[in-house]
Amino acid sequence: MNFDLARQSVRELNAYLHANVVPHDPITVTSPNGAHNIAVGVNAPVSIEVAGHVGYYAGGMNQLASIDIHGNAGPGVAEGMCSGEVRVRGFASVAAGAAAHGGLLVIDGDASLRCGISMKGIDIVVGGSVGDYSAFMAQAGSLVVCGDAGDALGDSLYEAVIYVRGSVASLGADAQEQPLTDADVAHVGALLHRAGLGHDPRTFRRIASARTLYHWNADAEQEY
Amino acid sequence: MCGIVGLLLKKPSLRPALGELMLPMFVGMTERGPDSGGLAVYGAPATGDARKFSLYAGDVAVDWEALGAAAAERFGRTSIEMNGNHAILEVSATHDAMAAWLEGAAPDVALLSAGRAMDLYKDVGAPAAIAQRYGFASLAGTHLVGHTRMATESAVTPAHAHPFTFGDDFCLVHNGSLSNPNNVRRELEHHGVRFETDNDTEAACRFIGHRLNEGDDLAAAMQRAFSVLDGFYTLLIGTRDSLAIVRDPFACKPAIVAETDDYVAISSEYRSLADLPGVASARLFEPRPRQLYQWHVQ
Repeated sequence: MNFDLARQSVRELNAYLHANVVPHDPITVTSPNGAHNIAVGVNAPVSIEVAGHVGYYAGGMNQLASIDIHGNAGPGVAEGMCSGEVRVRGFASVAAGAAAHGGLLVIDGDASLRCGISMKGIDIVVGGSVGDYSAFMAQAGSLVVCGDAGDALGDSLYEAVIYVRGSVASLGADAQEQPLTDADVAHVGALLHRAGLGHDPRTFRRIASARTLYHWNADAEQEY
Repeated sequence: MCGIVGLLLKKPSLRPALGELMLPMFVGMTERGPDSGGLAVYGAPATGDARKFSLYAGDVAVDWEALGAAAAERFGRTSIEMNGNHAILEVSATHDAMAAWLEGAAPDVALLSAGRAMDLYKDVGAPAAIAQRYGFASLAGTHLVGHTRMATESAVTPAHAHPFTFGDDFCLVHNGSLSNPNNVRRELEHHGVRFETDNDTEAACRFIGHRLNEGDDLAAAMQRAFSVLDGFYTLLIGTRDSLAIVRDPFACKPAIVAETDDYVAISSEYRSLADLPGVASARLFEPRPRQLYQWHVQ
């Protein structure tokens, strides 16, 4: 099944994906040309291949589907995803995987600022680097960064864990580097394997919450 | 929300087609900015020591030929290019002299811009209608700065539409909103800078323009702007020989650049670049926050 967005609307595509999609019957989307909301809200085990660049919120709220974007993604790719997989072969704009509960997001290139902001259980693997404020208030899941991270990484982190292979410009409030455990190595190795990346998981550093912001501290004078 | 578009042609043979190449970019940003639109286009410079003044009459019927004749009487040799409620007057006059003269000669006519190479158009309405009204498709030149507006902080009028200008050949468009434009305006007024609207972008334009007049280059002016301008902004800036873009430290508003050997094209979103010839093999990137990107006309 092919949808050519030069001739068909995103609404036609998404209506089909929501109501008529046949599980395991692959779908291709051509001429996406940066359109917004491509393959949003899919809830079926189906593979969707997008041949080109996508705009805002591609693959948002995904469940079960495997969405492969052969191009760059605009803001909020895979935002709110619950399960399944979204892959971006190019770079991703801001807020990739924002507030997502589950599934796997793989970005081959760089991700811009706020990657994984408020993530709630998703696993994100970025082949390149991530911008400032990534994993801000991240609650659960893991963010694996094969390149470098920008400023304020993991600011106000809850229980999500960040793994970085390159440099970190700065850590956010309450984010701290912790020893890499065997369980971390196995977990990162499995995610890298699923992402098709060959890095040695032992070369990553673990960043997680120091948990000092979990309770109100009246003596902190708001100096974090 | 607003849309920004910029295009600089590296390849001289493409310059007659500047408007035609830009049109799908501009119309493609309609959803981001359906209420007003504007365009600054840098073309052949005025002859001798003349300046080009872009004039706008809105709904008022103006006898442009008579105004051109009166300008010739006041300033000497004059040429005027008329297009409905818009005209470009080419004459040897300073910006201040022209503004003062217009106030008496044609108080209903707004002076949109002054410069050696820049013509400016802005109006309310849908981008496609504005492009049609002023014949954007047939514009020629080296580079341009365009904007589609969805007003969030001040009125929808032609004067509040972007681009804003300051001095000769400097213009700026903005996607975002500033939280301290009134402070910036008050400070600048102490330095004798005059404002025409209560629009937040005008404050950013005049702040940066004022710094350039004080001797800063664009990079230095932007460094000051980062510490003074509070809010969200992707700014696209045109000067006589360059096109520049900068995003606030949080990169709150989008921007994407497509660069080839033939052109540099900038837009809020890729979808408005998708029709450009050769864009499939262009180098695509999002400008990093707090970093000035500037391309010069070769």
